[in-house]
Amino acid sequence: MLFLRACLLALLLPMFAAPASAQTQDFDALVTSLPEGSYSARGAVVGAIALTGDPRAEAILTALLDGALGVIETTGQVVILAPAPADALAGTPLTDAEATSAERIRVNNGLRRDIRAALGILTLSDPDPAKRLAAADAAFRAPDAAQYELLDAAFQREENPAVKSRLAEARAVAILDGDFPDAEKREAIDVIADRGDADAQRILTPFAASEDPDIAEAAAAALASIEQSRMLWGQAQNIWYGLSLGSVLLLAAIGLAITFGVMGVINMAHGELVMLGAYTTYAVQETIRQNAPGLFDWSLLIAAPLAFLVAGAVGVAIERGIVRHLYGRALETLLATWGVSLILQQSVRSIFGPNNREVGNPSWMSGSFDVGQMTVTWNRLWILIFALAVFAVLLFVMKRTAVGLQMRAVTQNRPMAASMGIRTNWVDALTFGLGAGIAGLAGVALSQIDNVSPNLGQSYIVDSFMVVVFGGAGNIWGTLAGAFSLGIVNKFLEPYAGAVLAKIIVLVAIILFIQKRPRGLFAVKGRAVEG
Amino acid sequence: MTSLIDRRMGIFLAGLFVLTVAVPIGNLAFDGKVVPSYIVSLLGKYLCYALLAVALDMVWGFCGILSLGHGAFFALGGYAMGMHLMREIGDRGVYANPDLPDFMVFLSWDELPWFWMGFDNFWFASLMVMLVPGALAFLFGWFAFRSRVTGVYLSIITQAMTYALQLAFFRNEMGFGGNNGLTDFKDVLGFPIQSDATRAGLFVCTAIALALGLLIARAITTSKLGMILVCIRDAESRTRFMGYRVEGYKLFIFVVSAMMAGVAGALYTPQVGIINPGEFSPANSIEIVIWVALGGRGTLVGAALGAILVALAKTLFTGWFPEFWLFALGGLFILVTLFLPKGVLGLIEETFARKKKPAPALQEAKA
Repeated sequence: MLFLRACLLALLLPMFAAPASAQTQDFDALVTSLPEGSYSARGAVVGAIALTGDPRAEAILTALLDGALGVIETTGQVVILAPAPADALAGTPLTDAEATSAERIRVNNGLRRDIRAALGILTLSDPDPAKRLAAADAAFRAPDAAQYELLDAAFQREENPAVKSRLAEARAVAILDGDFPDAEKREAIDVIADRGDADAQRILTPFAASEDPDIAEAAAAALASIEQSRMLWGQAQNIWYGLSLGSVLLLAAIGLAITFGVMGVINMAHGELVMLGAYTTYAVQETIRQNAPGLFDWSLLIAAPLAFLVAGAVGVAIERGIVRHLYGRALETLLATWGVSLILQQSVRSIFGPNNREVGNPSWMSGSFDVGQMTVTWNRLWILIFALAVFAVLLFVMKRTAVGLQMRAVTQNRPMAASMGIRTNWVDALTFGLGAGIAGLAGVALSQIDNVSPNLGQSYIVDSFMVVVFGGAGNIWGTLAGAFSLGIVNKFLEPYAGAVLAKIIVLVAIILFIQKRPRGLFAVKGRAVEG
Repeated sequence: MTSLIDRRMGIFLAGLFVLTVAVPIGNLAFDGKVVPSYIVSLLGKYLCYALLAVALDMVWGFCGILSLGHGAFFALGGYAMGMHLMREIGDRGVYANPDLPDFMVFLSWDELPWFWMGFDNFWFASLMVMLVPGALAFLFGWFAFRSRVTGVYLSIITQAMTYALQLAFFRNEMGFGGNNGLTDFKDVLGFPIQSDATRAGLFVCTAIALALGLLIARAITTSKLGMILVCIRDAESRTRFMGYRVEGYKLFIFVVSAMMAGVAGALYTPQVGIINPGEFSPANSIEIVIWVALGGRGTLVGAALGAILVALAKTLFTGWFPEFWLFALGGLFILVTLFLPKGVLGLIEETFARKKKPAPALQEAKA
């Protein structure tokens, strides 16, 4: 198999394979000398083998790395022992007797490192761009002037722009390592500086103390620019994390913004409705796993409407059964719904067990991609999009539909709404159900990034109340602003204060903020606010 | 002017007195055969909860401030006492360090942080038991009441307060033992904390504290000041328009209540043998509210009774069928708020009143 790949290499690499028999001679001599000498001397031999570009090199080096390269003492013949015993140079199969008489060539960790670097160079000509990119990265991380020729050749030949730029960086590192004219070195420093990440910083740092003043100056300037770009990217990453946290908070709080903000009902069971949504996702995924594994990528799309219905139905039940009797007694509602939350928690614990349940990411939600020096994971991005979509739909429902109009009418003036023919009881149940259903949707999203356990809801309840109170009850735009500002502030504080302290600071800040604006950021003004 | 000790208070105090005498005797005189030692500690714990419930009833039942953060004052009192008990361990800790508690040695700290200074002295610690929760309540209340944060908003920020404190106390860097809290106490005032006699002593102290707490709360709420508190509860704006400085009254009762909660916490720590950040959890604070609601809001005695009943039920349920306890507690929350607005005490007294006819004297407790 390896041999086949080596042959493929030979086809694709006429420029390495072509140079005449002198090099072949060299290659044979190099390979034959592998069993001899100190580990470091053999490291140099390994490097030389890779640099020949001989098509057989990869198979031999891989075998050496795996401890499957041997030598037959009597003849000095180098052989590959696994998977099929064969002569390393000629490729002819070995007899069993020969194979057993061969002695393995020993390698140590230092030599293994050298072999890996050498293999990295070899893959520079792999047909797969991803492998070439990885090879260029490997060359970048282990600077070696000896690789310059090879990298340069690869660079000239490369057509994929991403790989080409990476190769340029790798070549620049090789230039810095070797004995090249100052002008070229300064150019190389610029190339590396453009990369602007931690690796570039690490490589350039020693050159800032270089004896050559020109290079030292260039390196220092480059380091300063890297520092700045890293700082900017760091801020961007913080903002992204903040937006991501904000989207989670928004999802958790937006249902609450309806029940608490619009209806004035404190629903302490809100967190448990979120948890129900997460468990619905789990149940859907389990069903799919057992009955139709092919549909797994669709599991979340199936789970979302179901979660909405499950949580919404429970919400309507809570409203009809309990909350309805307690309108106008906010504190009692708080206690009763807390009781509901305990019962829901324990029910889930009894049915699904107290342990975390595994909810998988569909393929389109796993993995990540890079934007500049920032890593963006797909699941966080989708959750952000989802949160904004839910928000937009909710806004539409509240502002542009008949149901929304009735909800707002009942909130503002119940008796008047009733005398206009609105069935206030109905609207109450519907509003509560809507808030609860959105909590269920939040659960679907949270199941992707958090542990699905009976305690899931508890961890969000205080936070989501903070968001609603901060944003201003009764205003869903306020909830949006509250969620994102709290998310971003939290993430900006974290690097300085640590996660826990950041959270404490935010909580204390909100407590103080409420003193200043008791009705939140976007307070509803006028008579609707009763004293 | 209503009398300081009305009928319900009289009955409760009498019952408490009998318990206070009977339990230690039952334990000590019969060598733990009639009343096992663990029962003494357990009952002591219930009485601490009862005192805490009375403290909450003062602010919620009489002034309409639903604090979801009273667990924080309780825990702070508990920590203040715990710090003293830690200092009393001296060099008998695992690391045998005479100057530092074990967890500080473990974190390789060199010296005692400044806020641990003075806790070697019992009287200083006792002072702190009331001063620290009092100061926090003063600060918090001063800000909140002055800006007229009321109703559910106040409830939610008190919850945020206890949550923030819980997170803070979880941190090792705070110097309060982090996750594990303070534990492994040896002595209290020189008496070995595990011995039956000490436990009985602590029980009696708690009972006395509860009786005093009830009397103080009763004295405050039946005074003229108490009348104004009820006015604030029922019609805050009107009270303000009549010229009363509402903030001042609220602040006073909030601070007194926090101090009482602190004392309850201080008595709780030696009897339970540990205080950790879990006591700050928002769920604990909400549970206190249900004690008061169950017993009867605005009745003081009812609050104490409610605390004892719920705590007893918790012990029994978690022992018999642990699965069931949260269902029972959750159901309790719902049933009490829906069907028992006056609590158990209200129910009992109504039943009696109906039988005996002439007793319309039972007032207050308007939900």
